[in-house]
Amino acid sequence: MHGKELLLTMYRKMLLARRFEEKAGQAYGQKKIQGFCHLYIGQEAVVVGINEAIRPDDYVMTGYRDHVHPLVRGADAGMFMAELFGKDTGYSKGKGGSMHFFDVEHHFYGGYGIVGGQIPLAAGMAFASKYRGEDRITVCSFGDAAANQGAFHETFNMASKWKLPVLYVVENNKYGMGTDIARVSAEPDIHKRASAYNMRGVSVDGMDVLAVYDTVKDLAASIRAGQGPVLLEAYTYRFRGHSMSDAATYRSKDEVEQEKQRDPIGKLRALLLEKRYASEDQLDAIDAHEKKVVEDAIAFADQSPEPPLEDVWTHHFVEPGDADERPRARVRGATDVSWPAYPTTFEVTWDLEPREAPVAPLKQGAA
Amino acid sequence: MPELAYRDALKEALKEEMARDPRVFLMGEEVARYNGAYKVSQGLLDAFGSARVVDAPISELGFAGLGVGAAMAGLRPVIEMMTWNFAILAMDQIVNNAAKLRHMSGGQLRCPIVFRGPGGAGGRLSSQHSQALEANYAHFPGLKVIAPGTPADAKGLLKSAIRDENPVVFIEAELLYGVRGEVPEGEYTIPIGKADLKREGGDVTLITWSRMVTACVLPAADALAQQGVHCDVIDLRTLKPFDHEAVAASVRKTNRVVIVEEGWPFASVGSELSDFIQRECFDDLDAPVKRVHGLEVNMAYAANLERAIQPSVERVIEGVNAVLYR
Ligand SMILES: Cc1ncc(C[n+]2csc(CCOP(=O)(O)OP(=O)(O)O)c2C)c(N)n1
Ligand SMILES: [Mg+2]
Repeated sequence: MHGKELLLTMYRKMLLARRFEEKAGQAYGQKKIQGFCHLYIGQEAVVVGINEAIRPDDYVMTGYRDHVHPLVRGADAGMFMAELFGKDTGYSKGKGGSMHFFDVEHHFYGGYGIVGGQIPLAAGMAFASKYRGEDRITVCSFGDAAANQGAFHETFNMASKWKLPVLYVVENNKYGMGTDIARVSAEPDIHKRASAYNMRGVSVDGMDVLAVYDTVKDLAASIRAGQGPVLLEAYTYRFRGHSMSDAATYRSKDEVEQEKQRDPIGKLRALLLEKRYASEDQLDAIDAHEKKVVEDAIAFADQSPEPPLEDVWTHHFVEPGDADERPRARVRGATDVSWPAYPTTFEVTWDLEPREAPVAPLKQGAA
Repeated sequence: MPELAYRDALKEALKEEMARDPRVFLMGEEVARYNGAYKVSQGLLDAFGSARVVDAPISELGFAGLGVGAAMAGLRPVIEMMTWNFAILAMDQIVNNAAKLRHMSGGQLRCPIVFRGPGGAGGRLSSQHSQALEANYAHFPGLKVIAPGTPADAKGLLKSAIRDENPVVFIEAELLYGVRGEVPEGEYTIPIGKADLKREGGDVTLITWSRMVTACVLPAADALAQQGVHCDVIDLRTLKPFDHEAVAASVRKTNRVVIVEEGWPFASVGSELSDFIQRECFDDLDAPVKRVHGLEVNMAYAANLERAIQPSVERVIEGVNAVLYR
């Protein structure tokens, strides 16, 4: 059942994502943001559907198309805009930029620039949860093209063999940069590859936030119950180029226009109206509110100082006595920052293999 | 001489070598239909077809290894790494297979392959995308390492690399692709292992390569010349094997050395050069070898930090002043 609150929350978060990315794109045009910058516009239903279906303390990570994943978890939009602007008030003090968003407070573990690099990390985080007997799951997104990395195959073998509590999500937007995934993939329906690892592979319409939500609700419950990892393929589409420097000449205008008809935000808006959960005015007010959040974020980023030059020397090692950075406390003086706990005393009750493996009797006379 | 952008000089080399030798093919991400992430392979698909200009999946280890296999079986692959940061995934194939095949087979096999792509900082890309990694490859016996700093050298050396009978790591500079320079007309190659003396002067030897040549060292040398300090500027071009004679001859003349490199100082090409100089030219030195290099930190995204981390004209001048005790 999808209650009114849930639908309105999803609507709000998708709009926050959309407006944030639009403004980031504009700021890039003004050279306030530089380097590589990959926008999530068009794909919002995937992240929002997942986020509402999992717990706030589940671990989440993704690749470099990473602005939206922490925002929908409750991250401070101003501080992430500041990160994009390379400012001291950014979550990573301007060290990471667009491709390396991290908000550990909200259990968002990054922002990785090497295609497929996060896939093994997620298995490791899931391993840690299972090792300590916790019931949290890890959700790890990556693009369709990342499925052709060795890390994908090596990790799935382990994750499945050890029944690690991890949900892998392929955000299949049809392209890896300028290459149609079908041109370089023997099996372009990525979820079908899961069966090679005795792993569940499922697909969903990634432009339909409710379909994503329902699917992930089920999958998360199964993973949490110890049934092993799942590979979920969300068929989606990015409305913009691969990054800000991509003119996207490898796909037709028609194709893009057709995909825009599937805009997940428009679809949810129509549903909200149809169900009479909100009026046009109320929905417009939500949009206006999110626009304001993003405008404030831009103003905050604009007004923030650059990091001090001494900062080039910091955060390469943990020095004795160093505490971890808590960005919202540092920047906003927030006193309500809750931090993930990594217990140091616990009993390991999980066995990867039976404790008393039957020993084959030695053959008489065998060399 | 006509002017060409660095990327177009590389493209000419590829085009000429592919036209000349049917064994040469280019494989990598986005090299064919997209015409290359940095447009080095613009038009090559049309010219040579999809068996010789191959769009690979994002499987660096896989297509690097495929290239090694093709080289073992008699082809001359040019494997494009979208950047050297991503080639770290392929390092196993480059190091454990390409570099060692000749040796492991006791001379039965050869591996004529070029791994090429951009290295160094790209501009506001943070730590995973801004690394000068030449020292990593120079470390391994069995690999040649080239890092050209001008369009003319890029073309001539790439042609030599493709014709070489051994695996060559060819590191271009992301920030040089659009930079133009004079390129000789017609067919020419530049020998691997030969440095280029870019400026002659008797006071200090400046040794560098790749982007640092034009971004820092030549402007610094010009500024110093105004003040009456005249430098030898050596562009190594090939890092392994580097041109021992050119380095030693210059040091014997000037007695003072500054080495400028974009990358980190620990176990680097610069540290190898310093060792060579103190061993071979100990009696010629009037000052300790000075090294100007990227700060030993991960690259930051913020503009001011990014600038501070990289070598600059000012830091090169400071280095020269240090060895002159000025
Ligand atoms: C190992 C590696 N190779 C190449 C790149 C360059 N690159 C960045 S994104 C990208 C395309 C990835 O496409 P996909 O996985 O489908 O994700 P999407 O961008 O569509 O979200 C490429 C080739 C990289 N960052 N890392
Ligand atoms: Mg994709």
